[in-house]
Amino acid sequence: MADTKYSWPTREEAQIIGSRRNRLDGMEKSTGAAKYTYDVNLKDQLIARALGSPHAHCTIASIDIKAAEQTPGVVHVEVLRKVGYEIKWQGDLIAVVAAESEAAAAEGVTNVKITYNEMDVFVQDAELELARKAGRTAPAGGKSVTQVEPGDDDDEDEFVEAEIQRLYDASPHKLEGYYGIDAITHCCLEPHGSTVQWKDGKLLAYLSTQNVSGTDEAFATDLDMTSDDVEVRCEYIGGGFGSKFAADYWGVAAARISKETGRPVKFMLSRDQELKNAGNRPSGYLKVRIGADNNGVVQVWDSQHWGTAGVRGGGISQSVIPYVIQPPNYRRKAIGIKTNNGQARAWRAPNHPQACAMTQTAIDDLARVMKKDAFDVFAANLGNVANGKGDVYLAEMKVAAEIIGWKDKYHLHGQGPSKGGVVEGMGLALHMWGGTANSSTCRLVIRSDGSVESSCGTQDLGTGTRTVCAMVLAETFGLDLDDVTVNIGSSKYPMSGASGGSTTVGAVSESHRRAAQDALQILFEKVAGQLSAKPEELVAVNGAIHVAGDKKRMISWKAACSRLGVQSIEVSASHKRGDASPLSNSGVCGVQMAEVAVDTETGVVKIKKFVAVQDQGLVISPKTCESQIYGAVIMGIAAALYEQRISDPATGAFVNAELSDYKLARLGDVGEIIVELYEPESERQRGVIGNGEPPAISPVAAVSNAICNALGVRVPVAPYTPQRVLEALQGRA
Amino acid sequence: MTESKRKVTHGGFHRRAFLKGSGAVAAATALQTEVASAVQQTTQVAKGRMTIDLEVNGKRQTLEVETRDTLLDVLRYQLDLTGAKPVSLDGSSGASTVLLDGKPIMASTALAVACDGKRVTTVEGLDDTVPAAFVAADAQQCGFCTPGFVVAVKAFLDKNPNASETAIREGLNGNICRCGTYSHVIQAAVSLVKGGSNG
Ligand code: FES
Repeated sequence: MADTKYSWPTREEAQIIGSRRNRLDGMEKSTGAAKYTYDVNLKDQLIARALGSPHAHCTIASIDIKAAEQTPGVVHVEVLRKVGYEIKWQGDLIAVVAAESEAAAAEGVTNVKITYNEMDVFVQDAELELARKAGRTAPAGGKSVTQVEPGDDDDEDEFVEAEIQRLYDASPHKLEGYYGIDAITHCCLEPHGSTVQWKDGKLLAYLSTQNVSGTDEAFATDLDMTSDDVEVRCEYIGGGFGSKFAADYWGVAAARISKETGRPVKFMLSRDQELKNAGNRPSGYLKVRIGADNNGVVQVWDSQHWGTAGVRGGGISQSVIPYVIQPPNYRRKAIGIKTNNGQARAWRAPNHPQACAMTQTAIDDLARVMKKDAFDVFAANLGNVANGKGDVYLAEMKVAAEIIGWKDKYHLHGQGPSKGGVVEGMGLALHMWGGTANSSTCRLVIRSDGSVESSCGTQDLGTGTRTVCAMVLAETFGLDLDDVTVNIGSSKYPMSGASGGSTTVGAVSESHRRAAQDALQILFEKVAGQLSAKPEELVAVNGAIHVAGDKKRMISWKAACSRLGVQSIEVSASHKRGDASPLSNSGVCGVQMAEVAVDTETGVVKIKKFVAVQDQGLVISPKTCESQIYGAVIMGIAAALYEQRISDPATGAFVNAELSDYKLARLGDVGEIIVELYEPESERQRGVIGNGEPPAISPVAAVSNAICNALGVRVPVAPYTPQRVLEALQGRA
Repeated sequence: MTESKRKVTHGGFHRRAFLKGSGAVAAATALQTEVASAVQQTTQVAKGRMTIDLEVNGKRQTLEVETRDTLLDVLRYQLDLTGAKPVSLDGSSGASTVLLDGKPIMASTALAVACDGKRVTTVEGLDDTVPAAFVAADAQQCGFCTPGFVVAVKAFLDKNPNASETAIREGLNGNICRCGTYSHVIQAAVSLVKGGSNG
């Protein structure tokens, strides 16, 4: 089909794309009919539960599973860690008990007897000096850029040191700041896990995964079979957010137990195991000094940051510091800290939310010390944005300011009126993301009865992927959503990339549009003669094929397809990640503004209003696209005000690993949120770009800046809890 | 401006109203002293089997259960009613919300034997009114919290058929959504009140 030119319909031509359609699987989800991995009940299945280590750092001295095996209802006990194994975080799984019921499995777990040799722990990731003393730090890279370059004879480090100092000293406006953001967990409401059945040398694995096409191999390798003999299925997934790309050792353990016992096995992590083991977002803490000119344009940035991604150290990548606004001179340095916490996993826009929260707060503080409107200071720095899209940021800032009423309501930092101790403030933040289309293949069949059916090994994380696939097909064929059948969620379908990094909407739009345009071309060739037209003169709209500009020379979709007889049209089309395409693109901006009220007596912060303006190229499905942004903002509000992993410095225990203690935003906490899709023709023509990550980046910084604007002082570390707000007000932060 | 935008009116500030519903007040700061030993959360309940009668979604069921089985276990594993979800066994997520004799409870914290002789309505037993409002408002993303939310909204509006948006924001804080569908759940509940279908 080399001669087919792939393209999107214009805004005027589009019938389905850009229209507000309900998500296809909404009713299944809302009525409880949707079956998630946790919900799949296979005949004679065993329920597996695991024992996690009570200690954050220890070796295993002994393991005794006899009593567990003898527990009534227990069928199988599998030991995952050997005697002598060094446990490095609390909750690491040691043994799995498979039993006839939840209760029997849980009782079996209590009967697994392990003794431990405890070791020293370190979990104080915010405390750089303590980490150094404990020998837990390692350099994690850095970079210096100066407009004046060192001479050939200069020692580079000495030159940079002197140049940064010179620029700082010469700056009319200076600021030193400290900003941070604690680690949070993915906390997927459906925990990680699988329901698996090994039978006759084949494995069927219902896996709660963001990577249907890419997880069969791990099962196959562990069970010594080929991936052809493994089917991974995931029709519905209860949250992933970057933490569910792998089969994980608990997933393959379930498969081994199924093979061993000859029975299906359901093995889902318990809530505390989910929070301790299955994904968290690295913490970050940053010290910076900046110098700016009289317009508030930052000329020099000099920062050092640290934090942890868990047992292997790491932290926030230095590559995104300073974030979006990148002054002409900067020096950045990162230090990673190894702690006794579970290892981090990708979390919606890896590194970006923390980088935004640690650096755009400094830009806002610059406005505070200069006694300027933060909008003007951000705007003044748009000549130095990392992606070169200052014009897009400015346009989006203006849209956001209009919606939130910035001009009318803004006051300088700390200058707003206090109503019974409650002060209000506004803040903003900018973000950027890629969102390139992942690789994807779509197989498409058009049958003589007019039916259209696609299959693609992608997955719908709740982002609306299924709906987008159907909208693209229906648009191409001039049909309605009900006329097309979309199959996704099995590794037996053609390969589609993992859903991470906002790559899925581009991926499936590419593969489905290509397959549909190819198939339509074949159908046009079949019916062109009858309409006395050339295939390229035909269009498919409103359930019919007709000659462009001549609706009388038409044939209904059904009649056209009936000409296929037993010869269905079957095509397969692919997009490869990184290939240039007229259908998709990458690189987005985004602006968010928050309006908060802070009670200066209790320290409680409330969101009054939150505005998110987001570009993402061409929007296929505005309704689900907006939901992504609402959701990202709400997650961000949780990270700004409530969420944090709390580790006990003495024992390393993750003390709030239950939902009663791990605070998330509730319905009454989110205020009024307004989402604006920024889609002028210049954006629409770029093609489809993912938006799962970008709107999740700015909320913490925007809320921090709004709190600072209200109080006149910075609450340095997120989450901005009442205790921290009061400490900042008392000058103790 | 897109059609999904909603306006909310904000009244004057009263400290009590200000604090209400704020997760921050009971924040996790009180947890520091907890120690590392409590890993398994198994409840030690007397073992044994019992026969109970339940009316589930209008149908009488005689079920043999273990005395330690939760209502959630029985619904999910014996009756394959998997709409109520196991998210937090302490009930703090609201995902296992069902109606027991018409009142919302967490099936994850109720022992099945304690429900003997009672009437249980799960999300599968509701008519489509509330689910349809959720779909129209796109009040679900991954959807794992959604059935619990649907039952909670149903129970709340049955009790407060003319609830204002403020009352909705204050009264539906027992359920957690990780994907962030709250704005749309509010929209769905408001539309149900306006639609007058809660009489
Ligand atoms: S929709 Fe995913 S948890 Fe609510």
